[in-house]
Amino acid sequence: MIYDFFYNLTGSQILAYVIGSLLPLFIFILPFALVAVLLERKVSAHMQDRLGPMRVGFHGILQTVADILKLIQKEDIVASPNDKPLFNLAPVLVFAGSYTAFAAIPFTSAFIGSNIDLGIIFIIAITGLVVAGILMAGWASNNKYTLLGAMRSAAQIISYEIPTILVVLTLIMITGTASLNKLSEMQSGHFWNWMILGGPGLSLTKFLFIPFMIIGFVIIYISTLAEVNRTPFDIPEAESELVSGYHTEYSGMKFAMFFLAEYANMFAVSAIVVALFFGGYQSPVGYLGNTFHLPWLIPIEQFFWFTFKGVFFVVVQMWLRWTLPRLRVDQLMAVCWKYLIPIAFVNLLIVGLITVL
Amino acid sequence: MAADIENKTTTNEKLKTEEMILNMGPQHPSTHGVLRLELQLEGELIVNVKPHIGYLHRCFEKHAEAMTYPQVIPYTDRMDYLASMYNEFGYAVAVEKLLDIKVPERVEYIRVIMGELQRIASHLVALGTYGADIGAVTPFLFCFRDREKILSLFEMTCGARLLYNYIWVGGVSHDLHHDFLRLTKDFVDYFRPKIKELNDLLSFNKIFIERTANVGILPLDTAINYGITGPMLRASGMKWDLRKDDPYSIYDKFDFDIPVGDGRMGTVGDSWDRYFVRVLEMEQSLRIIEQAIAQIPEGDVTSAIPKRIKPVVGQVYSRVEGPRGELGYFIISNGTVNPFRVKVRAPSFVNLAVINELCKGHLVADVITVLGSIDIVLGDVDR
Repeated sequence: MIYDFFYNLTGSQILAYVIGSLLPLFIFILPFALVAVLLERKVSAHMQDRLGPMRVGFHGILQTVADILKLIQKEDIVASPNDKPLFNLAPVLVFAGSYTAFAAIPFTSAFIGSNIDLGIIFIIAITGLVVAGILMAGWASNNKYTLLGAMRSAAQIISYEIPTILVVLTLIMITGTASLNKLSEMQSGHFWNWMILGGPGLSLTKFLFIPFMIIGFVIIYISTLAEVNRTPFDIPEAESELVSGYHTEYSGMKFAMFFLAEYANMFAVSAIVVALFFGGYQSPVGYLGNTFHLPWLIPIEQFFWFTFKGVFFVVVQMWLRWTLPRLRVDQLMAVCWKYLIPIAFVNLLIVGLITVL
Repeated sequence: MAADIENKTTTNEKLKTEEMILNMGPQHPSTHGVLRLELQLEGELIVNVKPHIGYLHRCFEKHAEAMTYPQVIPYTDRMDYLASMYNEFGYAVAVEKLLDIKVPERVEYIRVIMGELQRIASHLVALGTYGADIGAVTPFLFCFRDREKILSLFEMTCGARLLYNYIWVGGVSHDLHHDFLRLTKDFVDYFRPKIKELNDLLSFNKIFIERTANVGILPLDTAINYGITGPMLRASGMKWDLRKDDPYSIYDKFDFDIPVGDGRMGTVGDSWDRYFVRVLEMEQSLRIIEQAIAQIPEGDVTSAIPKRIKPVVGQVYSRVEGPRGELGYFIISNGTVNPFRVKVRAPSFVNLAVINELCKGHLVADVITVLGSIDIVLGDVDR
C-alpha cells in the first residue's frame, strides 16, 4: 500500500521501496521506543512511590534522548574471546526480525507496508528470526550466563509460538482470511463488531463465539508476553540469575539495538492482539470524519485508534511486569505445554464445531 | 519437585555428559554482596554448591584486640550493617555481663525499641531483596520506602542512618528526641497496613508461592546439626527464640509470640516458610514496640556508663537474638582496658553453611531463591 503510493509519487521502484521500508522506522518505531522507554520508567516509578527521571527536561521527558546520546557515544566493546562476526551480526538480526514484522501491520487502512494475504502468518514466521539472533548473541559472547540465557530464550520463544499460532488459526477459521488488513476491515463499525465480542453481524454464532474468543485472547496475550520476554516470563534476561541474559556482553549501540528490538516487539505483539481481537485500526464509536464529511480525517483517526489500543496493551505489559514475580524455567514450560496448548486446542475444536454448525 | 528432578538425573546417567562449573559472584546482582558461589551444574541442575567467602573480611576480631572496650562498638556496627543496632546491643549486653553492672530501666526500654525497629528494618531488606531476586521489583521498593522511615527515626536519635554507635556499654549515647516516641507510635500505626499490602502483593502471589514453596527444604534435624538459628530455624518448625528462651535485657516483660513455619504452602522449612516467618516477626516486633512505648519510664540514660572499662580477668559468652539468628559474643579479658579476644558467633556465617544441602537437585534459579531466603549479610559472614 505504502509502496504503491510512493511508486505513483516518485515513479521509481527503488525509491518507493527505500522510502516505504524506512517510513515505519522513522515515523513510528523510533519515536515509539523513545516514548515507551520513558513511559516504562514513569509507570514503574509511580507504581513504586517514586518519581522516576525528573532532571532532563520537564518531568524528565528528554531522559531517553539523553540515554540514546550516551549509548551512541559509548565505546563498542568486543571482548577478545568473542566470535566477532556472529557477535556483530546478532543484534542486527534481532532488530531486523522485530522490525520486519511491522511490514504487515496495518496502522490504517492505507498505511500498511505490505498488504500480503498471509500477513499474520508472515509476522509469526519472521519473528522466528529473532530466535536465531538471540542464540547467536548467547553463543558468540562466549560467556556461560549468556549461553544459558540464550538457550532458555530459544526454548521459550519456540514453545510459546505454538499456542499463538493455534489461536491465530481459530480466528482464520472464523474469518477465512489471514490478512490483518482484511481482518481489521471486517471488524468495522462499532466495538460490538470486534472479534473479542464474536465478530461482525448479529447471529446466534456470534454470541456462541464470545466466551471462546475471550479464552483465545487470554491465551494469545500470555503467549505473546512470553515471546517478547516480559515479566512474568522474562527468564532469558532474569537479571537476578543470569545478570542480563543473552545481551550481558553487549555495550553501546549494539545494546541499544537489543533494547530497541524489545520495545518494537512489545508494540508488534500488542498490535497483533489489537488487529486480531480489538478491531485493529477501527474506531470503537464511529469516525468524526464521517460525521463532519471530512474523508481525509479518517486515516488519521484510524492511526490514532490503532496506536491508542496498541499502547494500551503495552501499558498493560508494563503493569504486569512491575507487579508479578518471575516464573522458573521449568514452570514456564509447564504453563505452555500443560495448560496453554491443550486449552488452545480445545478452543480451536469448539470454535471449529460452532463454525460448521 | 526435588524428587522429580532427581529421577530425571538418574535416567540421564547413561548419556555421558560434562558437568559445567559456573562461578556466581562475587560480582553478581543476586549474591547480596560479594559472595562467590561455585556451582557445579549438570545442564541447569545443581550438583554441588561451594560458597567462597572472605571478600569482605575486615579483621574485626584482630582490630578488637587493639581497641579499648568502648572503641570496639563502631566496629561491631560494621559487621551486620543492616542490623547495626542489634550488634551494639549484643556487645553492650556482653560487656555489661563481664563487668557485672546494671543499666537504668529507661536505657533497657530504649534498647528494646531500637532493637525491634532494627529488626523490622533488617527484615524489610531481607523480604524486599527476596522479592527482587524472584523478579518482583515493586515490593522491593515498597520495603525500602518503609525502611527509610525507620532510618529517619534512627537519624533523629543519633544522627546516623546506618552505623549508629548509639548503644554504649552501660547506657546509650543520647537520650531520645522529645518527639521520638510520638513518631515511633505513628510509624507503628502506619506500618501495620503495609504488612498486609506486602502480603497481598507478594506473599500470597501465586507465582511467588510456586517459586518458593517446596524449594530448599530444610528439615529440622539438619537445621539443628548445622547450628542454624533465627528465622531459618523457626521456619523449620522449632520454637526457639532467645528473647523468650534465654531472656536478656527486659524482653521477659513483653507479651509477644514466636512465629514458626507451618508448611502452609508446601513443606515445613521451605523457602516460603522462611520468608513468611520474617513477615510474621515484623508484626510481633510492632507489638513489642507498642508495649515498650506505653511503659517506658523517665530517667537518666548516661548515669551508668563507666568512665573507664577495665574488667577483671575472665571470660564471658553472651548471646542475643539478632534479626538473623543467634548473635553471640565471646569476650576474654586479661585485666587490661583492651579485650584480649572478641570472638563473634555470626548468624549469617553459620546459616550460610547449609546452602549446599538446600540447593542440591534444584535449578540455577533456585540457588537465588534459597540464598535469598537464608538472608545473609556478607559483612556478617566475613567480618
